[in-house]
Amino acid sequence: MPLKNSSKTSTSKLDRRRFLAAAVAGATGAAGAVKPGQAATAHDAQERRPSALPPNAHVAAAETGTPQMPARDTGTPGSDFMVDVIKTLDIKYLPANPASSYRGIHESLINYGKNTMPEFLTCTHEESGVAMCHGYFKATGKPIMTLVHGTVGLQHATMAVYNAWCDRVPVLILGGNDLDAAQRPPGVPTFHSAQDINAIVRDYTKWDDNPVSPQHFAQSFVRMYKIATTPPYGPVMMALDGGLQTEPIREDGEKLYIPKFYTAAPPQGDAAAVKEAARLLVNAERPVIVVDRVARTPNGVRFLVEFAELLQAPVVDQGNRMNFPNTHYLARPATVINNADVIIGMELSDYWNTVNGFVDNGYEGRGQSITKIKPGTKLISISSVDLITKSNYQDFQRFQSIDVSMPGDAEATLPSLIEAVKLAISNDRKDIMAKRGEAIRQAHAKGVDNVKEAAAVAWDASPISTARLVSELYAQIKDLDWSLVSTSGNTSSWANRLWPIEKHHQWLGWSGGYGVGYGAPASVGAALGNRDASRFSVSIQSDGDLMYAPGVLWTAARHKIPLLAVMHNNRGYHQEVMHVQRLSNFRNRVANLGNDSGPVGTSIMNPDIQYHQLAQSMGWWAKGPIVDPVDLEPAIKEAVAAVKSGQPALVNVLTQPR
Amino acid sequence: MRSFPVMSVVMALAFAAGAAWPATTLAASAEKGKTAYVQHGCWQCHGTAGQGSLPTSGGKVIARTPLPLDAFKSFVRTTNGAMPPYRQAVLVDEELDDIYAFLQSLPPPKAVSDIPLLNGMRSQ
Repeated sequence: MPLKNSSKTSTSKLDRRRFLAAAVAGATGAAGAVKPGQAATAHDAQERRPSALPPNAHVAAAETGTPQMPARDTGTPGSDFMVDVIKTLDIKYLPANPASSYRGIHESLINYGKNTMPEFLTCTHEESGVAMCHGYFKATGKPIMTLVHGTVGLQHATMAVYNAWCDRVPVLILGGNDLDAAQRPPGVPTFHSAQDINAIVRDYTKWDDNPVSPQHFAQSFVRMYKIATTPPYGPVMMALDGGLQTEPIREDGEKLYIPKFYTAAPPQGDAAAVKEAARLLVNAERPVIVVDRVARTPNGVRFLVEFAELLQAPVVDQGNRMNFPNTHYLARPATVINNADVIIGMELSDYWNTVNGFVDNGYEGRGQSITKIKPGTKLISISSVDLITKSNYQDFQRFQSIDVSMPGDAEATLPSLIEAVKLAISNDRKDIMAKRGEAIRQAHAKGVDNVKEAAAVAWDASPISTARLVSELYAQIKDLDWSLVSTSGNTSSWANRLWPIEKHHQWLGWSGGYGVGYGAPASVGAALGNRDASRFSVSIQSDGDLMYAPGVLWTAARHKIPLLAVMHNNRGYHQEVMHVQRLSNFRNRVANLGNDSGPVGTSIMNPDIQYHQLAQSMGWWAKGPIVDPVDLEPAIKEAVAAVKSGQPALVNVLTQPR
Repeated sequence: MRSFPVMSVVMALAFAAGAAWPATTLAASAEKGKTAYVQHGCWQCHGTAGQGSLPTSGGKVIARTPLPLDAFKSFVRTTNGAMPPYRQAVLVDEELDDIYAFLQSLPPPKAVSDIPLLNGMRSQ
């Protein structure tokens, strides 16, 4: 640890660290330790300040002037020690939008820390910073961190935090804040301070803290890293007090240390429940395996293939991760659930909606629920999400009764489940399973043919069909080590249905919380991770998603992150088109289109946005709009060449709605 | 876009299915049907070529639908599934006839064997 503490004793009139620690202790009911002299000093300091300042001049000064630094004595700034702590955890990048409330650690990171491990990447929106962390983790399996301004920066970041929470992805978020109301600059910085900035995201983070000393920071940072990276993964939040960042370290007789991080073993399903699940599956006539976020790592794919082959059971991959190769003969569509007698759902984000259906056909906004499964079907679940259920946000979905429920990590539980199945299989069951597997193999082959036939319809249409779009794209990347980092909007899952997806990094899943605006920044974050692994990143980028925070295009160009974004530009918020059309019909009204092609308020046209020009203005290679499908091949070919040269490239394609 | 009498199509389909005589005998226009298909938002779920989509129509292709006209109209008027019903107040009979004519006028899809890109896709 490079930290060297100053041996000098502070003569500062106000020891903010002591004051802050005492204030927090007092607020929580602990025995306070405020010395009378210190309290008086703080009071005096407050009295010397003007009671009020002209707001306009102050606001202008705060926004445009040089910030006044607190009085410094010699010694190591607190934020230097924070950088020492951060560097022990091999965090490679820090995508963030700059902010005064974390100026202390910002300065330490780029100067003391030499802007490596982590490297600061400039973002134009906090939502982009968090979503880049989100995408990066899914491409690499390694968490990175972001910094946000408290409070407004964190408010910007919230939707991306919620997506990461729902997608069970670790993101380390540090939010600058200035707790000391007597010391912080008035005006704008005080508008941007709060008693508890973490409250903004507490409902959808795994843990948060507000350290009041350097040692507290060290313990809490290692703790937050451990919590975030222990399944079930999730985002974590830490408020970073301005004073704690800028004041020098004082030993006060206590030696600072950095706790060592050790990876925690993931929680596994109960042994007796595993045995019972194996018994049910082995004796089932029509077992079905349904998976959503099983494969946290490539190992998860291997385990799942072994498990499915052992049972000769069809696998329905709901696709929030690349769980199972879609070329494997046991990969089957969701319709096989209808005839199952035993279903094992692993890390499902919505078990109820897996075995039930909902038709949005209610005249008064209440749809119709229908069961998809036969009476008596046994349900088994392995889900780590059962371990982190919260109350307010409803990401836990509708309640589903389960016969054998195992709160635990599915990937970690699979080896013991495989062993339990091996023990439970008798020779006569093996014969039955082999016959079942052969029938599934034939159905799989027929299914592939059906998909291709469906893709052929509207092949030459303009606007271009989404099936044609993804087929032309695949033709240009198929010989590369490609990674489909995101498909935003809805392209009827053509890429997942047509492309052979066999490696864990070839498909990274969706946003988690379906908060639109994930696709563009998460793609850039994933492409950052793939750049370092020499993979070719490709995204299918929808128009609506891109327009939430298009500044991330600049971030990609600025930091030389190669990414091919092919646009699914259907010129509308198509999901909302359907909702307004549905309600219009229910109410016997003709939907008012205005001058657009969708109901008023749902189109992104008149004028059409020239996304290729938008991308070009931010340093991308770009081309478009592509209207005729025959123009797709040469445009994508050029774009691939641009990406291979190291730059991001975008092809703007006018497409069918879905 | 060609116009053609729906009658002949309906008759052929109805007779093939052993159905009763169709209820409508009006001549319909595929060209007008295309306009109505767009104006009433049919294309938003079913695509401009009636190709459908997985999330909005379960992937069902409605181009050259094999449904007889009466069955087609009955479905559109009374559907209680994911598709909202289009009643007379929203979509008049004449427009529905025209839409049916438009769907019947759409060309058949290319054979997969004639599309090299699809041929090589997802080989096992």
